[in-house]
Amino acid sequence: MAFLDRTARSLFLTELVSGLALTLDYFFRPKVTINYPYEKGPISPRFRGEHVLRRYPNGEERCIACKLCEAVCPALAITIEAEPREDGSRRTTRYDIDMTKCIYCGYCQEACPVDAIVEGPNFEFSTETREELFYNKEKLLANGDRWEARIAANLAADAPYR
Amino acid sequence: MTTADVQSKGYIKPYSINVGPQHPAAHGVLRLITEMDGEVVERCDPHIGLLHRGTEKLIEYKTYIQSVPYFDRLDYVAPMAQEHAYAIAVEKLLGITAPRRGQIIRVMFTEISRVLNHILCIGTGALDVGAVTPALWGFEQREVMMEFYERVCGARLHANYIRPGGVHQDLPAGLADDIWEFTERFPKFYADVDRLLTENRIFKQRTVDIGVVTDQEALDWGFSGPMLRASNVAWDLRKAQPYDIYEELDFDVPVGTTGDCWARYLVRMEEMLQSIKIIRQCLVKLKDTPGPVKVQDRKVAPPKRGEMKSSMEALIHHFKLYTEGYHVPAGETYSVIETPKGEFGVYLVSDGSNRPYRCKIRPPAFVHLAALNFMSQGHMLADVIAIIGSLDIVFGEIDR
Repeated sequence: MAFLDRTARSLFLTELVSGLALTLDYFFRPKVTINYPYEKGPISPRFRGEHVLRRYPNGEERCIACKLCEAVCPALAITIEAEPREDGSRRTTRYDIDMTKCIYCGYCQEACPVDAIVEGPNFEFSTETREELFYNKEKLLANGDRWEARIAANLAADAPYR
Repeated sequence: MTTADVQSKGYIKPYSINVGPQHPAAHGVLRLITEMDGEVVERCDPHIGLLHRGTEKLIEYKTYIQSVPYFDRLDYVAPMAQEHAYAIAVEKLLGITAPRRGQIIRVMFTEISRVLNHILCIGTGALDVGAVTPALWGFEQREVMMEFYERVCGARLHANYIRPGGVHQDLPAGLADDIWEFTERFPKFYADVDRLLTENRIFKQRTVDIGVVTDQEALDWGFSGPMLRASNVAWDLRKAQPYDIYEELDFDVPVGTTGDCWARYLVRMEEMLQSIKIIRQCLVKLKDTPGPVKVQDRKVAPPKRGEMKSSMEALIHHFKLYTEGYHVPAGETYSVIETPKGEFGVYLVSDGSNRPYRCKIRPPAFVHLAALNFMSQGHMLADVIAIIGSLDIVFGEIDR
């Protein structure tokens, strides 16, 4: 019987026909792909994307130049120089991130004691030249102003776990 | 052989063919120099090193915390499994154990990595022998699991999640339910791939009796993981020397009998189901295991942010950990775990400072690639591609 069974299955191409039927079935199911530039997949509050430097609500920049992010960065992508400002508070004079070196591990935002440097939700920051990816302080602060609303919401959502 | 011979006999024998390093079936940057007699392979010489990044040397110059992301980048198909091996090695040196909840989460994500890996291996392996559909369906499932990665750690691939002493953060609310729902859906996907491939005559003609490895040969060549189990050796480190919570889990170790490419495919298919079973058990355990996910020793794991912002002592610990890191007592350890591809070992030597004196990584796929020559001798050139597909090699970990 087993022999007959096997021969019959072999002759009638059962496994091939069954496979083709399955692919035909999938053909009529709803598509799972998304139309990328117009539709985007969901992103969680923990997403680690483009860096931003945040400000306090009164416009004062958060970063106090403690250089923890510079120390912990495994890729040595961050360069900070600092000196006291006219009013005596400690602030950075230079805050550079080489985005071509960054490995997006998230240690900088973990280390930051004042939530100044955050890896934001933006993942679309490709450029045409390499030089544009050497971010300086102005660029990072501008990023912060642009993404502040979403970053604040993300940090609030993730706060119980941090 | 002289030009006159070629002209009189009309052929050159043997001749060599250079496959790769940019060949789509080479699974990365594999370069093969094959010596051919007609279409039969006489010798097959893999040239590696095109993806060498000096990971082991880099790790010697990083603190123990900073080294974690480098392990994601070894086998980038199943990143968290490598982190798991490293975390266990450092924990052994430090003499600490992760809290139970952390261990459960780690095991669960290592098993998710195993499914991730096997889907890609089966999908691309089938792609190499001419079946496009399973790869496309597989990527849909991989996308779902990468979303779990992204929700738990913030990155789809380079997780940096499993740290020495536990995991970085607890699961966000709702993730456990979604993973459970995924484990309910997964058998449907498994059945579809099974229906397309397992009994398909074209797939079987390309894989059955190709690259046969006997159990003795598999042991002699130092095989591990599905490659070894397909040759009828029931060796699985999760059973043989359980780490974390594997001892309490109920799962089977599938074993193949023939040791050919088809057996390796079957073993990987069954392992996916077993991993799903483990993931479900972990989710049940997670429900009744509250508590911390990383060790509460402030010399090893950073304090919570709220604490750090209000307590001076916590702030000092925070600063010390993120600048200097922790000092690991002098000693050495070789810890090995069962990653999807086989036994992934981390040999760490500590001289008592905050950086490893030496970190040697034992990648399973490197050993498997070494056996490619003996496996492919006497086969046709097209069979070499099927064998490479069943080896499950990833160049991130071979070249390191």
